[in-house]
Amino acid sequence: MEQCECLESIFSSYHGSREELIPLLQDVQQHFGYLSDTAMLAIARFTRAPESAVYAVATFYAQFRFTPIGRNRIMVCRGTACHVRGAPRILEAIEEQLGIKEGETTPDLEYSLETVACIGACGLSPCIMVNKKVEAKLTPKKVAKLFGKDGKS
Amino acid sequence: MMAPLVELRARARRAREERLGGPRPVILVGTATCGRSAGAMETLAAFREAAASRGVDCALVEVGCMGLCYAEPIVCVTKPSRPTICYGEVTAKRAEEIVEGYLVGEDPLPSYALGAMGGEPPPGIPPLWETPVFQRQVRRTLKNCGFIDPTNIHDYLAQDGYGGLARALEIGPERIIDELKRSGLRGRGGAGFPTWRKWSFCRQAPGEVKYLVCNADEGDPGAFMNRSLLEGDPHAVLEGMLIGGYALGAKTGYIYCRAEYPLALERLRVAIAQAEELGLLGDDVLGTGFSFHVKIKEGAGAFVCGEETALIASIEGRRGMPRPRPPFPAVEGLWGKPTIINNVETLACVSLILRHGAEWFAEHGTAESKGTKTFALVGQVKRPGLIEVPMGITLREMIFDIGGGVLEDRPFKAVQTGGPSGGCIPASMLDTPVDYDSLKAAGSIMGSGGMVVMDDTTCMVDFARYFLDFTQKESCGECVPCRLGTRQMHEILTDLTEGNGRPGDIELLMEIAEAVARGSLCGLGQTAPNPVLTTIRCFRDEYEAHLRDKSCPAGVCKPLFQYRIDESLCKGCRLCQKNCPVEAVVGELKGAHRILVEKCIKCGACFEVCRTGAVVKVPNAEAAALVPAGP
Repeated sequence: MEQCECLESIFSSYHGSREELIPLLQDVQQHFGYLSDTAMLAIARFTRAPESAVYAVATFYAQFRFTPIGRNRIMVCRGTACHVRGAPRILEAIEEQLGIKEGETTPDLEYSLETVACIGACGLSPCIMVNKKVEAKLTPKKVAKLFGKDGKS
Repeated sequence: MMAPLVELRARARRAREERLGGPRPVILVGTATCGRSAGAMETLAAFREAAASRGVDCALVEVGCMGLCYAEPIVCVTKPSRPTICYGEVTAKRAEEIVEGYLVGEDPLPSYALGAMGGEPPPGIPPLWETPVFQRQVRRTLKNCGFIDPTNIHDYLAQDGYGGLARALEIGPERIIDELKRSGLRGRGGAGFPTWRKWSFCRQAPGEVKYLVCNADEGDPGAFMNRSLLEGDPHAVLEGMLIGGYALGAKTGYIYCRAEYPLALERLRVAIAQAEELGLLGDDVLGTGFSFHVKIKEGAGAFVCGEETALIASIEGRRGMPRPRPPFPAVEGLWGKPTIINNVETLACVSLILRHGAEWFAEHGTAESKGTKTFALVGQVKRPGLIEVPMGITLREMIFDIGGGVLEDRPFKAVQTGGPSGGCIPASMLDTPVDYDSLKAAGSIMGSGGMVVMDDTTCMVDFARYFLDFTQKESCGECVPCRLGTRQMHEILTDLTEGNGRPGDIELLMEIAEAVARGSLCGLGQTAPNPVLTTIRCFRDEYEAHLRDKSCPAGVCKPLFQYRIDESLCKGCRLCQKNCPVEAVVGELKGAHRILVEKCIKCGACFEVCRTGAVVKVPNAEAAALVPAGP
């Protein structure tokens, strides 16, 4: 019930036109961290579009996810500059530290691990973004410090 | 100039003076995304605290990025009637030292300074614009970045901002387009289509409703020119959009910006609100009766949306899939109306051309490529950063003069321009001039300005695989040759990097590449094979080595090289032995060590920790000739 009320208040600043579909999805995801089945259905009703059409759009874009996300969101940059300066090793190191693979969330919902095409901080490669903060010039050692199991994260 | 703008500008100058507060020191701290990731916010806080505790009255201003990524965080300090001194790598600790040394005292701390500008530099500090990184640059589009407060419209106005708009409103649409024609401006997004021609198509297209879209969906990995510009000087882009709207007869403009650029989006929102407040944007701009509104659309993470018809689909709330052209968007675009889509940098150039004139713009450049161009110079280069150079400068000048050469003075191997749509240019072609046509002749493209430098530790097969991995994931799936072809190319390249290549693979790659390029609707598919084709053309021997000898000459593809210890360099410190997770290193303290090849899992730990450089990567082809490793 609570989610529905929340959705209503998000919808109140929209008209429900087709043009608003992506901003709506972004807004709802921003609020809940992901797009639940309930939310998708509500969005479909609000925009008077078939649910399949809403899913068609949402699944096209990399930004949208349909499962809950961890409290901390790690985005590993896979940009060209990062790649030639060792991004694959950084990803490997993070996967090892957290025990999850790219696209997964730790069971305690503490971290979600994603890769993105480019953060745009290529001069400081290899880099990752943790929530909105960019961690620059990473090495496997720095990764261990950031996400070490000794609780220093 | 128009009366309302004259008044606004006078007000802006007064506001700026008031804010900077007369004769007191001004400290500019670069807090764009790149500065922040290097710790600029901590630096800013340190300045504030140190100044307060030492009782120094100064103005602290957050500015955009000067483009010196290697020296972030960057701070510029101006004491009254002194030259401005630019400091690099200003950590919180250095911030305190600068306050103590230069603000309280009189020591300009030359060891931290990158350079000085505006007046005779103090002893020991070079003039900033004459240092190697700036000497070959011509900063026009980036002139304000790092020197004005992007969150304050007065700063932009005080730098003659919106002067281009005022002139545009005076001379009228026809002469605006003529001015662009004489300037020779070509689209900065990569393809290089003449901007004036695109605009005149749209202007002539029938219909009352037209749209202007600013494409800020900078998706090329390795490129951040647009981000820097939007974060450092958002009004320059807004001004260009206003001029475009007026010339085309559009009343609504959209900025389609990646959601991955949160700070750029924030700065844009602030800029739009301020411009609306001053009557520069919205209804009845500067009292001329011309109305123009700008809306922001956040991209949702799809590379293909940089393609104009896919971008339109995305703004309309649909899957971002391209459609065949013609009709071109200039005739039938957003909601079926004539629409112009211009890159961020193109629009910033429009502002400058209208402000300073076509002749001024065309002073720099070559016969067919006029003006300056910004580039993100990154990769294995000593001074990575955002640079702006006159068209026609050579790759060598950019990489070695401005960029300072290859990291650790390793041999230069190739440079990749144009992102996933571009190609690799090898060392033998370093003297290629950088302009649309020369880069095309060299087998690559100008692209939006990404320039990734590679040294001998980059494997070209792996590099091609990386790009195909990218395009394969980003292919929207509409055209079969692109959807399946990129995937198959990626699989073949993966086989090659894993030592599973089969005879005929290289020829097969070239065959698929041609099919993908010819059978795809949009630029993504048409250009996706470029990284493969150019690397095969210039580095075929590397492909052959992967295929025939199962050997990676650059030591990147794990199954295709071995770690060995050069016994003449090994000091026997046992550091590698201690760090080896699988006990694959044998040898006594102070005696030469050896790696047991059959035990080694190639994690690279020994290579990372060795202080004498004794751990080396040996390609399989050469390893066979060495003394057999093992007990």
